[in-house]
Amino acid sequence: MGFAGPLTVTTPSDREIVITRQFDAPRHLVFACYTQAPLIRRWLNGAPGWTMPVCEFDPKVGGRYRYEWKSPDGYVMAMGGVIREIEPVERIVSAEIFDEDWTGGETVSTIVLNEANAQTTLINTIVYSSREARDGALATPMAEGMEYGYSQLDRLLDEGFDP
Amino acid sequence: MLDAARLDATFAALSDPTRRAILARLAQGDASVTELAEPFAMSQPAISKHLKVLEGAGLISRGRDAQRRPCKLEAEPLAEATGWLIEYRQYWETSFERLDDLLDELKRLEKLAGNRN
Repeated sequence: MGFAGPLTVTTPSDREIVITRQFDAPRHLVFACYTQAPLIRRWLNGAPGWTMPVCEFDPKVGGRYRYEWKSPDGYVMAMGGVIREIEPVERIVSAEIFDEDWTGGETVSTIVLNEANAQTTLINTIVYSSREARDGALATPMAEGMEYGYSQLDRLLDEGFDP
Repeated sequence: MLDAARLDATFAALSDPTRRAILARLAQGDASVTELAEPFAMSQPAISKHLKVLEGAGLISRGRDAQRRPCKLEAEPLAEATGWLIEYRQYWETSFERLDDLLDELKRLEKLAGNRN
């Protein structure tokens, strides 16, 4: 495998998260992995042990997408969005919202793919509705863990504390 | 429990590149306003303004020495904020590593298809 560049996550303003990453592949392949459902579900399938039972992506302006993730013990997290702009192999702008709406409204994601020497640099800018929403999103992996913990506890309570 | 308001203040303070550079400088040791202003080619009042934001977010504290009032990095709120960033980053790194593998597979397939033509 070739060299894949370092991942950076920055918060350049109150409402933004910017993720950049370099891939050892031309951008038409990276674009395909972001826009073709059978490819998306191969890598965007969540934390270890999670599955992605629903992965739909209609790659056109106005097209919709929907992702559902399932934890090992059955907890489901889902989000949906609509494509606002799509320029093959270089740019995707979409507006998305989680079913639980913990981000306090729609977030807008812009993905830009730059290619040089068969390497692709991905820049994903995510703009949230508020600073609180952005901070919440940064805490997501932690929130997922908490939800996972709670669902375990719920099950335990349902079953009762039989020794 | 997470202190959301404090985290907001931390992220707001960290959103400015000059303030991040000031924190990076202070990570190497305490410094006065004059010492901090030097490498940034900024006026002392401009630096003082940034320091006020950093102090308000609890990211730095100022010494009592009336003349120098040296600035000191307060590690805890920074660790809390970057701790979140580290987990968020880890989530994406795990996903992107799967994407790396998938891209390798697609490159091999393309090469095979190309060789057949």
